[in-house]
Amino acid sequence: MNYRAIYAIYRFEMMRFFRTLAQSVISPVLSTSLYFIVFGAAIGSRIQEVDGVSYGAFIVPGLIMLSLLTQSLTNAAFGIYFPKFIGTIYEVLSAPIGHFEIVIGYVGAAATKSMVIGLIILATAFAFVDLKIEHPFWMIAFLVLTCLSFALFGFIIGIWAKSFDQLNLVPMLVVTPLVFLGGSFYSISMLPEFWQKVTLFNPVVYLVSGFRWSFFGHADVGVGISLAMIVVFLIVCLLVIGWIFRTGYRLKT
Amino acid sequence: MPDIVTVTDLRKTFDGGFEALKGVTLNIREGEVLALLGPNGAGKTTLISAVCGLTSITSGTITVGGHDVVRDFRESRRLIGLVPQEITLEPFEKVLNAVRFSRGLFGRPANDAYLEKLLKQLSLWDKKDGPTKELSGGMKRRVLIAKALAHEPRVLFLDEPTAGVDVELRKEMWDVVRELKEDGVTIILTTHYIEEAEEIADRVGVIAKGELLLVEEKDALMARMGKKELKIELQDPCEAIPPSLASYELERSADGFNLTYTYDTKGERTGITALLNDMAKSGLVLKDIQTSQSSLEEIFVDLVRSET
Repeated sequence: MNYRAIYAIYRFEMMRFFRTLAQSVISPVLSTSLYFIVFGAAIGSRIQEVDGVSYGAFIVPGLIMLSLLTQSLTNAAFGIYFPKFIGTIYEVLSAPIGHFEIVIGYVGAAATKSMVIGLIILATAFAFVDLKIEHPFWMIAFLVLTCLSFALFGFIIGIWAKSFDQLNLVPMLVVTPLVFLGGSFYSISMLPEFWQKVTLFNPVVYLVSGFRWSFFGHADVGVGISLAMIVVFLIVCLLVIGWIFRTGYRLKT
Repeated sequence: MPDIVTVTDLRKTFDGGFEALKGVTLNIREGEVLALLGPNGAGKTTLISAVCGLTSITSGTITVGGHDVVRDFRESRRLIGLVPQEITLEPFEKVLNAVRFSRGLFGRPANDAYLEKLLKQLSLWDKKDGPTKELSGGMKRRVLIAKALAHEPRVLFLDEPTAGVDVELRKEMWDVVRELKEDGVTIILTTHYIEEAEEIADRVGVIAKGELLLVEEKDALMARMGKKELKIELQDPCEAIPPSLASYELERSADGFNLTYTYDTKGERTGITALLNDMAKSGLVLKDIQTSQSSLEEIFVDLVRSET
């Protein structure tokens, strides 16, 4: 294991994050604050409690999830796509470093960035709504697992993408709809029965549900199932990445 | 000197069926400067990419420092530094950080004293805290060299180090190569400028269409393949070449003051003595004579043409 190489990649990626700290942090914090103002204060005050929680507090886990997913995905996708795009990837590919180490470096940095942003948003949430976290350990666990698995997914997209358009395609066309339809802003028990079944095919439902459980102690689907789904998704991403490096897909000629 | 890089029957066929390398065998000696000459698309970059792990190998074996580049890639790649053809740098990264990154990536512990020495040697120390995008083209290329040397490799690959670079910068690059050679680094450079190979290489390899046509000591190659010219300056111009000298196939300059005799240094006899005797007999008076050797460029053009 070339630990120094992992650290070099991780550090290099984190330096990019700190170089653009203002835009990396301000933009998600601002947009989340807007959600709090609109849904929490303006509209939320007219919405009755959901599962015994005020609507403003109810949407906090979903909003954090929304940011976590898009941030982990785009950070990781950009992190590996950019060196591919400008050509500096040659150095990583010619270094005495295994595939797994490359993934740890890039994905670890992307996951760290989105975790930092997620925690900042959580802190922001406390400023807007009354909030308590029933299972802090599991909250962190869901946070870490989600960041990791979606950073892995983003890594795959970054390798697959041939242009900046494609890089934005998946977050825009797939992730955002899934998050909005994944119970971020509502409890799936509010849906008609048919749609309750359909929505179970949306993986984000499990993420939001599990994460919300760690806050309020109850969830749309069982916590065990949520956890299992994240782990399955993580393993699928790892398998795809394994295949990418074995075949050199879009990396080697 | 022992061989530090060995390439044995290396073949590379791309997915489309294009055969970029058709069984290349090449041994590179420790401490030498080897120039790989060849036209565009000859397979030079593919060969380098295969050694450095950027291209998968269809068949054949490559070792660096005795380590197989596929099986023992961690050991072999530690010994290699690569300067790519294109200038590829993270535009916003500071020079020093970019070089530190390279060193870490190759698994070496931080050593800022070494990096300082390296950046000073490449005249980059003043620029160490500036982003790479603010550097001139020549400096960017030196940053790439610094990155390639950051982990103290024993073999340095320079892929077209002076392509599209002005004369002054090219000479500067050659000085860098000579200094590195003095430090004991083995250098393999690809180029299609013959002048470059002639200037700095110890040995020259010629690649065309995926095949290594030859590898030879530069001097031996030039002596073996080279034709020499004997330029004769006359006291008085001659109107025409005398019939007695017809067999020497002399070339007469327009003003009649110069005659050029081309001979082969490989031959048993150069014919110079006989020529000079016959010239004296025909009454021509010599003012001066000089010889010159044909350049690698001419040798190269001959070689590639005869193969195609």
